[in-house]
Amino acid sequence: MNAALLSSPVVGAEAMPADYLLAVEALTVSFDGFKAVNDVSFYVDPDEIRVIIGPNGAGKTTVLDLICGRTKASTGSIKYKGQELTKLSESAIVQAGVGRKFQTPSIYDDLTVFENLEISFPRGRSVFGALTFKRDAEVRDRIHEIAQTIFLKDQLKERAEFLSHGQKQWLEIGMLLIQDPELLMLDEPVAGMSVGERIKTAELLNQIIKGRSVLVIEHDMKFVEDIAHRVTVLHQGKVLSEGSMERVKTDPKVIEVYLGH
Amino acid sequence: MTNPVQTLTKSVTVNDNPFMKPVEWLSLALLAGVILVVLPLALDGFRLNLVGKYLTYAFVALGLVICWGYAGILSLGQGVFFGLGGYCMAMYLKLEASSVENTKIQSTPGIPDFMDWNQITALPWFWQPFKSLPLTLILVVAVPVLFALIISYAMFKRRVGGTYFAIITQAIAAILTILIVGQQGYTGGINGITDLRTLHGWDIRTDHAKVILYFVNGGLLIACILAAQYVKKSKLGRILVAMRDKEDRVRFSGYSVAGFKVFAFCLAAGFAAIGGAMFTLQVGFMSPSFVGIVPSIEMVIYAAVGGRLSLFGAVWGTLLVNWAKTSFSESFPDLWLFGLGALFIAVVLAFPNGLAGIWREQIEPRLTRRVKGLRAPPPAIAPSQKAPVGAPAE
Repeated sequence: MNAALLSSPVVGAEAMPADYLLAVEALTVSFDGFKAVNDVSFYVDPDEIRVIIGPNGAGKTTVLDLICGRTKASTGSIKYKGQELTKLSESAIVQAGVGRKFQTPSIYDDLTVFENLEISFPRGRSVFGALTFKRDAEVRDRIHEIAQTIFLKDQLKERAEFLSHGQKQWLEIGMLLIQDPELLMLDEPVAGMSVGERIKTAELLNQIIKGRSVLVIEHDMKFVEDIAHRVTVLHQGKVLSEGSMERVKTDPKVIEVYLGH
Repeated sequence: MTNPVQTLTKSVTVNDNPFMKPVEWLSLALLAGVILVVLPLALDGFRLNLVGKYLTYAFVALGLVICWGYAGILSLGQGVFFGLGGYCMAMYLKLEASSVENTKIQSTPGIPDFMDWNQITALPWFWQPFKSLPLTLILVVAVPVLFALIISYAMFKRRVGGTYFAIITQAIAAILTILIVGQQGYTGGINGITDLRTLHGWDIRTDHAKVILYFVNGGLLIACILAAQYVKKSKLGRILVAMRDKEDRVRFSGYSVAGFKVFAFCLAAGFAAIGGAMFTLQVGFMSPSFVGIVPSIEMVIYAAVGGRLSLFGAVWGTLLVNWAKTSFSESFPDLWLFGLGALFIAVVLAFPNGLAGIWREQIEPRLTRRVKGLRAPPPAIAPSQKAPVGAPAE
């Protein structure tokens, strides 16, 4: 925990913990006694891009699941802008400003690209709000704007089912963008993409991360180096190391976990 | 090449989400024409009344299209809501038929005959509201919807879904049947509520009254189709489809999934209740045999045969299956249930989208080709029009 604070580039952050956008403290979740996440603490600053890396089974996806409310924490706290998230429902967490992209593209196959984006538009989220929702100029313009950003402006009327894998990933990123979250969580955004798609995605991510904090899980080290402000290394449910990519790469503990026994 | 983008944007703003597509208006006109014009002209009073009875099941099938087809919630207990709506209406009619003069031979005049036979001497409290017609008309829908709300809220909040939900709805259908049969003094038991005569002084047993009720029923059915179409076309309808495929994603788009499922289930219950009340009015009685497991499953078959994603298909499916039921069960009463089971299996295996699917995939494309051939459009416009028209047609 102290290491995390010391490595923070923000001066005075130790004295003012309320400045963190996201403060995860002593987070633990156990499934039948197995601690998938064990006493994890880290802090994300506004506008920071934080990448979580670690070997398979380190608990990376579980940490995202805990933040977005999909999994309930056993103990510990997750504070987002001072608000405790562990007590909120998934939809309330989204409405508070946290967006989540899943590892496999999670989009609505039976709907068109336009409709996929429309559902994510942050208005009319109650039952009667949805019933009386009007597809007005504001909605249309925003959807066209987002479609342009995610390279899908010519596919708006196409059913999402027929998109390529990479396009599906972009669509899901677009669905998050239209929510305009302050904290964006991406689980392996470039996994399974071709080289061309990967470059385009990096460009897309660089464009959309402005003005928000991003929490990314990624295996592709080249990609991590390109985008990360700071890196948190998880291993067996615990924080193994944290800091800049340079620092983490030379950390003997990290080298041991990644390179051998 | 900025032109294609501009034309695309334009076509989107002009006509991107009409209430009904032309072909849907045509389907509606066809259905309304058959129900309100062709059948009344072609059939005698008895057969027309029979069709009227079938059409009351179409309300249930319509609800199932939204609840099962769109929202993916399979309910095997729609008979509960059909029955509750029907019983609410029957209670009013029974009280009117049990006036003091009509029942003066009873030991307690003025209460329904079956209560008197069961040594009940005063009208139970839950029968009291059904003395008033306006209150009854409200309760016909309110009681089943409230019941649906309680059941579905309790289950969907706990994230009970899929098969478990279907089994629980079936259990509720069984429980309600047993309750009605067991509480003979309060409900009329296995015989149901019979000997219904007048609605606010108007005799519902005459041929003339039956024709009028048939048209009221047809009108209500079309109103319900339009209401369902509104729901289907709204963003809520698309959220239901989205939920069916990726429930988690909907949750992480900021929606409380349980609320939407509750809405779909309550809407289906409301439609079923209207059907039940119209059944009571047209057939002249209500009994537990319309509440239980078998009728509930039959109602699912109507929707499946018609096409669980098509509002119009559900109505046609209901008519077709019931027509088959009447014809076959007159000739081969023992075989009918097997026939019905075989029909269900055949539809699910071969035509998962039912009649509507066959129409959409086989007949409609041929028709449109014919129509297009007749019109002979100028070749210069054809390709540019084709793109936006062809794309959303799937």
